[in-house]
Amino acid sequence: MASDTLTSSTRTDAQISGLDALEIAGRDKEVSRGARIWAGTWPKLAALAIAIAAWQLVVWSGWKPPYSLPGPLEVGRELVGQAQGPQLWEGLLTTLRRAAVGYVFSVAVGLLLGLAVARSTVLRAAIGSMITALQTMPSIAWFPLAILLFELSEKAIFFVVVLGAAPSIANGVISGVDYVPPLLLRAGRNLGARGLNLYRYVIAPAALPAIVAGLKQGWAFSWRSLMAGELIVVGISQTSLGAQLTYSRELSDAPWLLSTMIVILVLGLVVDAAFGAADKAIRRRWGVLDQAGQ
Amino acid sequence: MTSTTTTPQSTTTAVALAGVTKVYGRGANAVLALDGVSLDVAPGEFVCLVGASGCGKSTLLNLVAGLDRPSGGQIGLAGGANPGLMFQEPALFPWLTVEANVEVPLKLRGLPRAERRERVAELLRTVHLGEFGRKRPHELSGGMRQRVALARTLALDTPVLLMDEPFGALDAMTRDILHDELERIWSERKLSVLFVTHNVREAARLADRIILLSSRPGRIIYSAEVDIPRPRRIDSPEVAAIAAEVTERLRTEVGRHGQ
Repeated sequence: MASDTLTSSTRTDAQISGLDALEIAGRDKEVSRGARIWAGTWPKLAALAIAIAAWQLVVWSGWKPPYSLPGPLEVGRELVGQAQGPQLWEGLLTTLRRAAVGYVFSVAVGLLLGLAVARSTVLRAAIGSMITALQTMPSIAWFPLAILLFELSEKAIFFVVVLGAAPSIANGVISGVDYVPPLLLRAGRNLGARGLNLYRYVIAPAALPAIVAGLKQGWAFSWRSLMAGELIVVGISQTSLGAQLTYSRELSDAPWLLSTMIVILVLGLVVDAAFGAADKAIRRRWGVLDQAGQ
Repeated sequence: MTSTTTTPQSTTTAVALAGVTKVYGRGANAVLALDGVSLDVAPGEFVCLVGASGCGKSTLLNLVAGLDRPSGGQIGLAGGANPGLMFQEPALFPWLTVEANVEVPLKLRGLPRAERRERVAELLRTVHLGEFGRKRPHELSGGMRQRVALARTLALDTPVLLMDEPFGALDAMTRDILHDELERIWSERKLSVLFVTHNVREAARLADRIILLSSRPGRIIYSAEVDIPRPRRIDSPEVAAIAAEVTERLRTEVGRHGQ
């Protein structure tokens, strides 16, 4: 059977390293960090400049009186003014605290629910489609019920935020587990990963991209639900960003209203960028990032 | 029907299949994939299973690997070994580096970190990838990935290697080199190999014994010792002669289904 000397091994070694070098040559592209950041930034800056210019043009056209549509300069001044007072920061803090509490709770519920449904065929048959149905329900439609149940309180907001976010997160987990390539499962089992180890070594990391996508979508839902809730459930002593929007409208303080909207927009963008970065890091590790596009 | 996994009686058998049957589905839709396959692989023997589509080659490997249960018959592995299984795809974990991929079976066996590191370095050197440990699978070529998969399977420290068309997706030159590599590793480590392929030349290049399976249901219809001295070359006349003979029988078998 096994004979003593096989193919002249030095020749094979040279062939192997030669072939390896040829095959992976030219795959590493070096682009300086500064150039990369600039390439991603300037289109955004240009778009922002165009948007502000368009806004200013509409104001100058006299389409609406300045007390209902102030120009960017006035709103910018208001924003700077707000940033120097305590009110904006208190509102920001209240809103962020609610967002964090609601979101963290949604993540816990969503992950557990998703894992349970992914594992159990009975649970899947029972509530699998219900989770998707919950997702299609506009969060604002929950508020009447929430207010009946919890009155005009933080609990009502919390209730709606969790109902908005948890199903998305659960769905992310379910599809992540469902789409683990069967080949990887077979490989994992053959390497000795059974039971919990199969989850730890194969299923969880393989499902990670879908889970992150679910987390991101869950955040978008919870953020929208929260804003809707803060607009509707005003009158609680604390002044949230949503409440400030309502007050500024009631006082017809257009610059205040617009500057608050800008704060909300920027906040949403920042969190979205964080999720985007996490998603990109995962895709880069997995090698599924389109190299030409980046 | 009964199925059991036992240790072979004699010490001269690494893998023992006795009357192994596999049925998929039930009732009228039942498909007989394997019909009474009996086969012994001796320790250190390289056996190639050849057959046309639908002969249940992959099913057979899954059964031996314990990933599926036979409907009937017995499968025995020397010392109750857990055989290593390789696929046509490398099936590497894309979220792990090359090193970490090879480390997985060592971790699962609870080896201490220092020993794991040593073993990983040794295994990567064995497949000539000593410098590529920090790369991710997607940064490597197809042949390199398949070598990582081989290193990862060897990390199981198993005497039995099951290979399911492992070089089927590679170009001819890379495949030639991997044949040399596999032959070297097989002889150095005294492995028993059960190698599935539809490439008859590849079988003649590698095998001590070629076994031909019929299609639907899978039955052993031909078995031949290959006594060409090693090292062999895939383009040598001896290999070509054996390949021609097996191909002829394979054609007859495939033709039987066209009637």
